[in-house]
Amino acid sequence: MLYIFCPHCGSRSQNEFAYGGDATVKRPELNKEISDQEWNNFVYLRKSPRGKHLELWHHISGCRQWIKVERDTSTHEIFKTYKADELTE
Amino acid sequence: MSQDFRLDNIGMVNRNKKISFTFNGKKYFGYEGDTIASALIANGVHLVGRSFKYHRPRGFFGVGVDEPYAILQLERNNERDPNIRATEQEIFEGLEVKSVNCWPSVNFDIGAINNFLKMFFPAGFYYKTFMWPPSFWYKIYEPFIRMAAGFGEASIKHDKERYEHKYEYCDLLITGSGPSGLASAYAAAKNGARVILAEDKPRYGGSLLTSDVNIGNQTGAEWSEKIITELKSMSNVIVKNRSQVFGYYDHNMLVMSERISDHLPKTQKYLPKQRLWYIRAKEVLISSGSIERPLVFGNNDTPGVMLSSAAKEYIKVYGVLVGKKPLIFTNNDSGYETAIEFKKNGVNPLILDTRKEPSSDIITEAKNLGIEIKYSYVVVAAKGYKKVKSADIAKISDNKKDLSNIENIECDCICVSGFWTPSIHLASQSGNKSEFNEKIDAFIPKKSKQKENTIGSANGKFTLEETINEAFNKGYEVSNKITENNNKVSVPTVVEKKSTEHDKFWCVPLPKGKSYKRFLDFQNDVAVSDIELALREGFRSIEHVKRYTTLGMATDQGKTSNLNGLQLVSDIENKVVPQVGHTTFRPPYTPVSIGAIVGREVGKHSKPTRKSPMHEWHEKNNAVFVDAGVWLRPRYYKQGNETLFEASKREAKNVRKNVGVCDVTTLGKIDVKGPDAAEFLNRVYTNAWLKLPVGKARYGVMLREDGIVMDDGTTTRISENHYHMTTTTAQAANVLSHLEYYLQLVWPELNVNVVSTTEQWAGAAIAGPNSRALLMKLFPNTDVSNEGLPFMGYKEADLFGIPAKIYRISFSGELAYEVNVESDFGNFMWEKIIEVGKEFQIQPYGTEALSTLRIEMGHVAGSELDGRTIPHDASLEGLVSKKKDFIGKRSLSRSAFTKPDREKIVGVVPLDKTTSIPEGSYIVKDPKAKLPNPKLGHVSASCWSVEYDNPFSLAIIKDGKNMIGQKLFAMSPLKNKTIPVEIVSSHYVDPEGKRVRA
Ligand SMILES: [Zn+2]
Repeated sequence: MLYIFCPHCGSRSQNEFAYGGDATVKRPELNKEISDQEWNNFVYLRKSPRGKHLELWHHISGCRQWIKVERDTSTHEIFKTYKADELTE
Repeated sequence: MSQDFRLDNIGMVNRNKKISFTFNGKKYFGYEGDTIASALIANGVHLVGRSFKYHRPRGFFGVGVDEPYAILQLERNNERDPNIRATEQEIFEGLEVKSVNCWPSVNFDIGAINNFLKMFFPAGFYYKTFMWPPSFWYKIYEPFIRMAAGFGEASIKHDKERYEHKYEYCDLLITGSGPSGLASAYAAAKNGARVILAEDKPRYGGSLLTSDVNIGNQTGAEWSEKIITELKSMSNVIVKNRSQVFGYYDHNMLVMSERISDHLPKTQKYLPKQRLWYIRAKEVLISSGSIERPLVFGNNDTPGVMLSSAAKEYIKVYGVLVGKKPLIFTNNDSGYETAIEFKKNGVNPLILDTRKEPSSDIITEAKNLGIEIKYSYVVVAAKGYKKVKSADIAKISDNKKDLSNIENIECDCICVSGFWTPSIHLASQSGNKSEFNEKIDAFIPKKSKQKENTIGSANGKFTLEETINEAFNKGYEVSNKITENNNKVSVPTVVEKKSTEHDKFWCVPLPKGKSYKRFLDFQNDVAVSDIELALREGFRSIEHVKRYTTLGMATDQGKTSNLNGLQLVSDIENKVVPQVGHTTFRPPYTPVSIGAIVGREVGKHSKPTRKSPMHEWHEKNNAVFVDAGVWLRPRYYKQGNETLFEASKREAKNVRKNVGVCDVTTLGKIDVKGPDAAEFLNRVYTNAWLKLPVGKARYGVMLREDGIVMDDGTTTRISENHYHMTTTTAQAANVLSHLEYYLQLVWPELNVNVVSTTEQWAGAAIAGPNSRALLMKLFPNTDVSNEGLPFMGYKEADLFGIPAKIYRISFSGELAYEVNVESDFGNFMWEKIIEVGKEFQIQPYGTEALSTLRIEMGHVAGSELDGRTIPHDASLEGLVSKKKDFIGKRSLSRSAFTKPDREKIVGVVPLDKTTSIPEGSYIVKDPKAKLPNPKLGHVSASCWSVEYDNPFSLAIIKDGKNMIGQKLFAMSPLKNKTIPVEIVSSHYVDPEGKRVRA
């Protein structure tokens, strides 16, 4: 079980969190005309890298904040965690 | 039976407490502190089971977790505990155990005929024997394999025992209380670290309890007693015995299973049987020690052949002799320690040492005691079927290939020592890649991947001095890193007699003309010849050899067999062991009971149960409950001998005719507040929200980004910047996460907050033509007329002194209201509604009537919004704004969602007006069409229409709009039904929606 540092609460066990997937996806702006392909990429295409990955976790049984976690998907090493509005490196 | 093999003046069992137990129905005595193994050996019993494949007789081989043979079944008050190790299970008054894998009895086992058919059970026999003809599988092979497979027999009854889970955090977890565990725990604890020290055995001290060593001028046992006593008294230390750390998981979380009352007769009702500890440790010191390696020779699985360290522990800890005419067969000094213990207790051993000219203090001591030693000697084969009676021994040449001077000597046990194998399992589980150490001919951990260090003999340190020094240093070093304290305790002096010199020799060659089985894996009956066969057949990777031969795959996970197997493969392949590599270690290190893994989360405790504030009233009024997610909701209120069908029909009819009340507390409720709340709702819902006035409610549908409907519900504008959103019971948690996602990550610029208020409000839906009349009596000071409180209106009112909120919304399609009060007043509200409603013939209704009412109105719910439908499919396209953008809008214009024959919701009525259509039925044109019959869609929900008194269903079918009026078929292959039906509008009752606005 992972041990995730929530920037709001401190280090907590994984079972307090819900996984939220790729954090690098950016939603297209509202009212913007975009192609089927672009929209398709946003809705369905996700990177699944082996190694460093920036992903979302929701501290669902804690502060209920969405956070960004930089994790190595093969070793589970967590390098850094960010608040939702914090700029990532 | 008397304890013929019990010594009087040695051991740590409590001689003042005699304990009786039964083994295979026969009564035996032992002492408090005995294991089943030690007590049986004291009684001269060595035959306890049969092996897995050949059903050969099985005795005891070890004295702890490494035991491959003595797997028994514990039975007590009709409860069973399979696969317990006799070497671990302590005896208690009334304990009943029996042998497994033997029939009709352990002494006479019919399966032993396999032993004579062994040419049919070679390596890989699973893959070869049961192949052809395929038709034999079902009736002959499978039942045979099932009968033969496995050891114990699991009980199919509910396990009444109590198991617990515990979470714990510490600076330092130390796994094992041998010399390295004790020393490092002491050093770290004295330096202020919060330490957990775990020991799998009942007694602390590990090898110190049995080896002839001296630490700080005390015997090993005295020193360990002193240290453990001090550790126990320290507030920063948790010391646990009978506790096995069996798994090393991510981010330094380890799991430990504590056997709390396995060794006690059942007296205290609430004492747990076992407790599972989830331990998050800043640092871990793995001090799990090492396991003695067997030597491989003919018939080396005969009862009476056992590890020499085990024989020593039986003497020193339990005061039990494993034999009175012992043969010690060793390639190192450890066998001498055992021989000396025998000698000291009046028994004359014979030592066979594979080495030519060894020398050390302990060998000198053995000689001085007059123990007979033969150098360059080996055991060729054990003789005796159910117990060792003699042994063929021989001189072995210097190159260890040729035997000479073969002779038979009498003995009643053979104690073997092939040097030591570090227990690197936990380190390996943590991700640590091991390396082969030539000095000790075994793998040791290499580079830590997580925050762990392996110390002592688990790290290949086989002298006590090295171990103690390393442990004191590591304990200090690691604690200093955490506490930044500098309290260093002094390291005691150590005196030890044995050296670590050993012979690189583990497998005795077969004498000419002999074909003895030489076993590597004692539990799975894997012999040298099986490995040879696998290699001849072309298996090379050690992982393949393991799976083909089943070497190391039994419940003992090859603790005693792995290295000898590797050694053999590398000898045959002319490789060195590191090239062969070893198989992967995975948790658990020892078997863990399913009960401990599950903990208290059984039955109704597997999830929380949520009850509305009116729950007690429902109970008192004969409600029959149904699980709605984690909520318990009344399904119907039973009157007399009513069935579900009759009761729900009565309740639904009463709503259509008079008035009914339904507990809707479970609906999800979310407060949406802030100056940008309207804008936010406008983006979340498919319809327009910017112009909703204060005091009005609106029905809304929200989508996922992929265009699929996520949830629906009404949201009410309570004040300028305050909205009260409702969600379905099932989606409440998901919707809240969804809203938080957009507010925190996508549109953080919106000034809006959301919070769940589901628990804060109790809700009652009052529905039916009499509902307004009832409301006028409930709220005499509030104008609830059609003008004062129109459809989709909202008002705050006073309910007999309690503040209440009235929403004029309807799920039933009738004139209806939902009244909310603070949860604490829920019951008060409910009782008032029932009391005042009497004169209007009010009846409570449950979820079944609720379903009926919404289905015949064509209102969609979870069975239609099933994660596959877009608004169009549910006939909600009128709610999709063309002007504004919202979550998921762009998806709706994708080609699959705009096809002209896209599925749509319709109503379905059976032509005979009597046959109910099973939910899930397919709608097809031709019931006799060739399979697979092309389906038009499926029936999502069915009810008995109380309005028309015939069955009615909702279905989602292709081109639904143009299908209305057609005669089709509903087919349920599951129920074996084909029903001719007519497709009608989904709005079966009051299609113009007059009633809700009345
Ligand atoms: Zn948090």
